[in-house]
Formats: sequence, C-alpha cells, structure tokens
Amino acid sequence: MESFLNRYRSITVLLLVIFGQLVLLGVQLKNDQNVTMIRSWTATAVSPVLNILGWGRHSSVGFFRNYVLLHDASEENRRLREDLDRLKVENVFLKNELNTAERAKALQLFAARTPSKTLAASVVGSAAGSDTNAVMVDRGTLSGVERGMGVVTPDGIVGKVLYAYAMISVVRLVNDQDFAAGVTTLNGVHGVLKGQQRPLCKVDYVPIEEKVAPGDMLYTSGDDHIFPRGFPVGPVKSVRNGQPFKEILAEASALQHGIPEDVLIIVEGVHQELPEAPPPNQPVYINPAPPSSGQAEDAMPEGQVGTEADRMRSQIKALGEAQGHVFGGSDGKLPDFNARNPSPSPAPATPAAPGASPPGQPEKPPGGAAPAAASKASDTARHTNQAAGGGGKQDR
Amino acid sequence: MSYSGGRILLSSRGEGQVSRFRAWVLLVVPLAAILFQVSVPLFFQFLKYLELPLLVVVYFALMRRNQMAGLAVGTAVGLAQDSLSTNPLGMYGIVYTLVGYFAASVGVRLDVDHGVIRLLLAYFFYIFHELLYWVMERALQGRQPAFKIEEWLIFGVLNAIVGVALFHFLDKLRESS
Repeated sequence: MESFLNRYRSITVLLLVIFGQLVLLGVQLKNDQNVTMIRSWTATAVSPVLNILGWGRHSSVGFFRNYVLLHDASEENRRLREDLDRLKVENVFLKNELNTAERAKALQLFAARTPSKTLAASVVGSAAGSDTNAVMVDRGTLSGVERGMGVVTPDGIVGKVLYAYAMISVVRLVNDQDFAAGVTTLNGVHGVLKGQQRPLCKVDYVPIEEKVAPGDMLYTSGDDHIFPRGFPVGPVKSVRNGQPFKEILAEASALQHGIPEDVLIIVEGVHQELPEAPPPNQPVYINPAPPSSGQAEDAMPEGQVGTEADRMRSQIKALGEAQGHVFGGSDGKLPDFNARNPSPSPAPATPAAPGASPPGQPEKPPGGAAPAAASKASDTARHTNQAAGGGGKQDR
Repeated sequence: MSYSGGRILLSSRGEGQVSRFRAWVLLVVPLAAILFQVSVPLFFQFLKYLELPLLVVVYFALMRRNQMAGLAVGTAVGLAQDSLSTNPLGMYGIVYTLVGYFAASVGVRLDVDHGVIRLLLAYFFYIFHELLYWVMERALQGRQPAFKIEEWLIFGVLNAIVGVALFHFLDKLRESS
C-alpha cells in the first residue's frame, strides 16, 4: 500500500485536491431546486448504492417472502394439519362422549320406564373364540350380577349372563347358537327364539296353524324365566310352513347395528304387559280430517247406509208400505214384490195397488197411492241421487 | 534566455534542469498576478482576457518539473482567484490544479526553457483552461455558457505571447544553481 502511494503519489494527491475542491464547490453551489450541490452530489453518489441496497433489500424481502415465509407457511401448514388431526380426534372423542351420554340417557329412561330392576353396564370386550358370540361387560358379582340374568337394551334383548365374575361378566348374545329365549307375538303366538350364528335368529315351536306374518313384532314371553315378559326382541323377517312347525326367522333389534356399547342387566325381572301395538319404526304423518260439510250430511241421511243390501232393503220396505203391508204382521199376506217399484218422482198411481187406498178416502194426488211411504221412498232416492251426484229433476 | 542544446524533447527526467525559487517569489508573483487580474481590467478592459494567474501557474509548474509542486501552486492560485471573484470556491481551483499538474508532467519531458515550447505550452494551457472551465460551468453550475472557441484561440495567442515574456521575466527570479 505504501509503495503504491509512493508510486502514484502525485496522481493521488491530485485526485484528493480535486475532490476537496469539488466538495468545496458542492457546499457553495445550489441546483435548480435550491439545494446545495454537495447534497445533490451526495444523493447522486449515494443513490446507486441505495438502489443496490434497495434491490438487495427487495430481493432479500422477496426471497424471505417467497422462500422463508413459504418455508414458514409449509411449517404452518404442517402445524395446522397437526391441529386439524388433533381436533378431528377430539371431535371423534367428543362425539363418542355425546353418543355415550345419549345412550346413557336412553338407558336411564328405559330403566326408569321398565318395572324391572336393571343395572347399567358397558361392553368392555368380546369373549375369545370365533364360534362364540359373547361379550364381556364391566359388571360382575360385586355389582349383583348373577349367572343367567338377562341383558337388554331399549331396542331389545341382547343376551344373557353366561358367567359372572367379581367385576366382569360374560354375556351370551342373542345370535349365539346356544342361546334360547321364549318369545311371543302380540296375538299370543308363542315360540322359542334361538341363535344360529347368523344375523337372523330362528323361532321354533310355532305350530303351522298359528298366524305369524313377516313384520310381526316379537316380545319376550317370560316362559324362560330369564327375560321378563314384555321386552322387545325384534321383527319377524320371514315365515315358511314346515313340519311340524313354522320356520320363522327373526331379527334381534338390539344387534341390528352391531354389538351395543351399553346394556342393561336385568337384576330383578318384573313381567309387564305387551304393548297393544308394536312400536312404530318411523312416525307416520296422518292428515287431519276434512272439515264437516253440511252437504255431505244432507246427501246421507241419518241411518242411511250406502251398501247395495241397504238400498234393496229400503226399496222393499217402500214397496211394502206402498201396498199397505205391515212387515212382521200376522195376516200372512205378502206384498207383491213384482209390483212396480214406486218411483221417487211424482208418477200416477199404479194399478197394482188398488187396495192400497182405503175406500171412502178422498182421492189422492197423482202418484200418491201410499203418500207417506212414497214420499219417504222418494226422499231416500233423492238423497241417494244427491249423494251419488245425480241430477236433481225430482226436486223441481 | 538559455536553451538546452536546441532539443525540445528530453530523454530523461534527470536531463532537464529543475528551477528553484525563493519563497517570497512563490508568494508575491502569484499574488501580484491575481491582483493584476482583479484590478487592471477595471482600467483596461481588453486586459481582462489576459490570464496572468494561469501563466504564473504554468510557469512555476513547468520550471519546478514536479507534479506535486505544480498542483499545489495551481490549487493555491486557483482558490485565491476564486476568493477574489464571484465564482464559487473551487472553480478556478480545480482548473488551475489540473493545469499545474499537467504542466509539471509535460515539463518533465520537454525543454521548458525553449521559447517555442513555452509559447505553445502557454497557448495550449490557455485553451485547456478555458475549455475545462466551460465544462465545469456547465457541469457544476448548471449554466449554459457560450462555446467561444474563436475567442479562446485568439486570446490564447495573446496569452501565449504575454506568457513567453512573463516567463522570461520570471526566469530572472530563479535561484542560480
């Protein structure tokens, strides 16, 4: 450096002197905007550097935004995904909690409604063995559970306690091949429900003369001394006549949607009456009755029925009254049923009824062989025609 | 007037003779030239084109044959002239600095005792100084001065002739080696 300065000392000094005088000029001179040249020069000299710095800053910001922030966005995206997964898990957990609460509420309502004493339990596992349909519940002998107790849900029977341990019990499910329970229909047909390792259970010992149709609801009959009478079992799915009994398949409602998570163990069974009608699966909308119409009442007089037999009876009665016959009388004379039926319209008197009018009575108006009866028959025909929507010529 | 063997170009720096001046000469002569520049044109208008300070700078730079000395003289004379003028400080300072530097640089290679050389150098540096000042006026002051090259060429001759005479006078003030 020193040798460099020595070698170019004169030019270096020249440049320094020139620069110094330029600075001196810059302090004194002003440009068009009345700004000293030193400021203008400084700004001009600095502006490229500032531009470079600005470019670098923009580039850095752009790099930061386009890469670092995107990198951060990727990190944020990962974090949000983790939060979403966590929230999904929490949502599932809360839904399960809600379902559990709803099931518990349903069980509580059902337990409060049924006269039997029940004990709520949760299914905690399934019994080992592929050919055994059994589950384990978290109630045992310490809770009062004993072997042979029935297990139900509001939907229907689930099974019965196969083994009762201290804190756990094994429940044989309805569809197990060794399960059996007495069932009955609403019309009193009794049978034995048996599991068969399939979703549908069979109902044995139903005579072929009994009337059982698909859709009939089955209830526990109480005959097995396990389930009290009146607990729902499930609907009949198919019925065939076999020998010597019907071949009936039924579905266990409690297992319709899989094994329930919460059940009720019947600790003390109380028989209850069967419901009068099976519980509807779905509410059915019933349209309200139309408002009462005076015309309809006029069209069908009180006591008037619309069947063919009633109409024939009315005609015969009118015919007998027109001939002066008293039905149920002791004279033994029958009316002439071949006589022309009195027309409801005002028609001339028929010769077939000469004796209908007592002698000495004033002449009847036309068509009035039996005025009261004819008038009533005419009214009946008129009402019938009106009810049928017929013409009203007779009214004129 | 002494000439170095009739040659114009010197073969080496050591071949040229370095003139030395007393200190008061270095102070009084430039000052007198500046005062002349400032005062005489008030009485003789045509003398305003005579750039005695420039000629003094050229002379001292040529005779000192030292670039540092040349730029120092040029800077000092230029700033002094600026101080006594309406120009911003540095206008003549920069011009005379560059003139002194280049004159000293040229003086190293030329026989500055030669009369023709002195004439040509005085003429050249007058034109150079006018051109440089014009550029600086435009560049630094934002003015639009006329490019009066004809005047520069004519007054350059005047200054060159005056310069040769001045240089001959100033040779009398050199220290005898």
